[in-house]
Amino acid sequence: MQQTLARPMTAARRAPATIARGRTHPMWFLVPAFAILFVFFFLPTLFNFVYAFTDWSSFKSEIRYAGFGNFAALLSDGTLVTALRVTIVYAALVALFQNLFGFGLAVLLERDTWLNRAARLAFLVPVLMSALAVGYVFQALLKPDGSVNGLLSALTGREVDIAWLGSTTWTLVLAAAIHAWKWMGLSMLIYLAGLKTIPEDVTEAARIDGATPWQAFWSIRFPLLAPAVTFNVATALLGSMNGFDIVQALTGGGPARSTEILNIFIYRTFGQGLFAQATAMSLVLFLMVALLAFPVIRVLRKREEIL
Amino acid sequence: MTVPAFGSAANRGRSPVSRGLAARLRPFAVVALVVPVMGVPLWLVVVTAAKSQGEALSPDLSPPSEWRLWENLAQVWQQGEVPVAFLGSLLVVGPSVALVLTFGSMASWILARRAGRLNAVLYALAISGIVLPPAVVTIVLLLRQLGLAGSPAGMIGVYAGIYLSTVIFFVTGFVRTVPLSLEEAARMDGAGPARVFFSVILPLLRPVLATATILICLYVWNDVFYAFFVVGGRLDTLPLNLFQVANAGLYLNNWHLIFAYIILMSLPLLVVFAVAQRRIISGITGGAVK
Repeated sequence: MQQTLARPMTAARRAPATIARGRTHPMWFLVPAFAILFVFFFLPTLFNFVYAFTDWSSFKSEIRYAGFGNFAALLSDGTLVTALRVTIVYAALVALFQNLFGFGLAVLLERDTWLNRAARLAFLVPVLMSALAVGYVFQALLKPDGSVNGLLSALTGREVDIAWLGSTTWTLVLAAAIHAWKWMGLSMLIYLAGLKTIPEDVTEAARIDGATPWQAFWSIRFPLLAPAVTFNVATALLGSMNGFDIVQALTGGGPARSTEILNIFIYRTFGQGLFAQATAMSLVLFLMVALLAFPVIRVLRKREEIL
Repeated sequence: MTVPAFGSAANRGRSPVSRGLAARLRPFAVVALVVPVMGVPLWLVVVTAAKSQGEALSPDLSPPSEWRLWENLAQVWQQGEVPVAFLGSLLVVGPSVALVLTFGSMASWILARRAGRLNAVLYALAISGIVLPPAVVTIVLLLRQLGLAGSPAGMIGVYAGIYLSTVIFFVTGFVRTVPLSLEEAARMDGAGPARVFFSVILPLLRPVLATATILICLYVWNDVFYAFFVVGGRLDTLPLNLFQVANAGLYLNNWHLIFAYIILMSLPLLVVFAVAQRRIISGITGGAVK
């Protein structure tokens, strides 16, 4: 249906606005949505820019202006830089893993056999599960005396007791892989849908022209997956920058705060009653995402123009 | 993980013999992948949830000496206050989704049909929430000033504010594919804007609204982060209870109860998914790859 309607769409978009749009498409239709957006989204965001510069906390009732005090404190003890670095590394790794896994699964399960259908359903179960639950499951699996070490011991014949969640370097990578594990089913679906839109005869033509299967895949089919890649990379990046549940349930930010992404920091300082510091970090997250998001939006826009 | 997949894709179309071999090996690769990657974690959940406390102290993959899944589920049902939390979750998810879909599609219709600079700015503002993270801390302050702190209404408003952007982005794109002539025909017959929207446009939006419903239900049903800030401690939702209960002393070293809770909590979505999987899958993919 969408494909048959694609042609009228461009015509409709370019139609000159000769009709009196005020009467046919009245502005009051926008009011409820924008009222909600204003009160529950824009206003708190504006508040962010105000309260990040105060000494708002649970310890006293009055709120006073504190200048850049919160940021200075966060900078001087290194928390700000660390949390930013951890969040960016985590987001980049999630985007990488989730797309590699999802793409691999889509290619592997492309044909519509009953086994492939069943496997696709299996990979969708984690997508439906709560992220918190996923974190707890892997916490149990990866304990030093947990099942992963147990299985490895049985396979190698030696006693394996790796502290998977105890490394200040690799636990973050593992957390990103687990985040990717939860969402790879969704990426797989998007890639599968992308692969399905490529007609058989395109690859057939390439083969007749003498392209090797490898060439045919990478230079014909892969570029045609561009919209799916954009969507998947963007959603993975944004989802992980706003991440909280999986890491909180898996490590709680440890060991030694090496997996403390921004939202865990905000949660922790808020719990301690340091509202202004939490707000300052929330503002940092906002600014970081806003800065990194502009390229993403541009790519999304470009994709819209192509189609 | 991707290497065997690429290899087998590359093998397609080579001599018939190798194609046959790759095709015959592929099912084994699928099974060899699904069992450890999906089977092990899910098996762990089920067996641990069926064990006694002593056996579940250190969760492993061995089957329980005696299956007591029902007893554990019953215990969690009572101690974890599942019925209350379930109602709390429903109370928040239902209205948020209804609100977001109705108001979101109303706005999308106008944003898709009008032209001009003002409209472009409004559209950019409306979809900015897809990218920008909500200000979780100051939302709490604002809700307190509005007298909505800790209330379901406040929570619904917050979810609506967060996910309206997603709906508007999806639906605006879709409305542009609906020919203007359909609206004009209704207008000729004397229908006003409200009539045109609700009886011509809205029914046509069903596929994209299905996609949006699924995604937003998923996000809101499983959300714990925003719920913690907005209603933490005052309203029970399923994920919030899991979080509080897993952190609390009561459930320390009670892996069997944590996993029983996880099963109870995931069940509603799994049932919905099992019943409507075909429509859900086509809904998600239809909306994303236009």
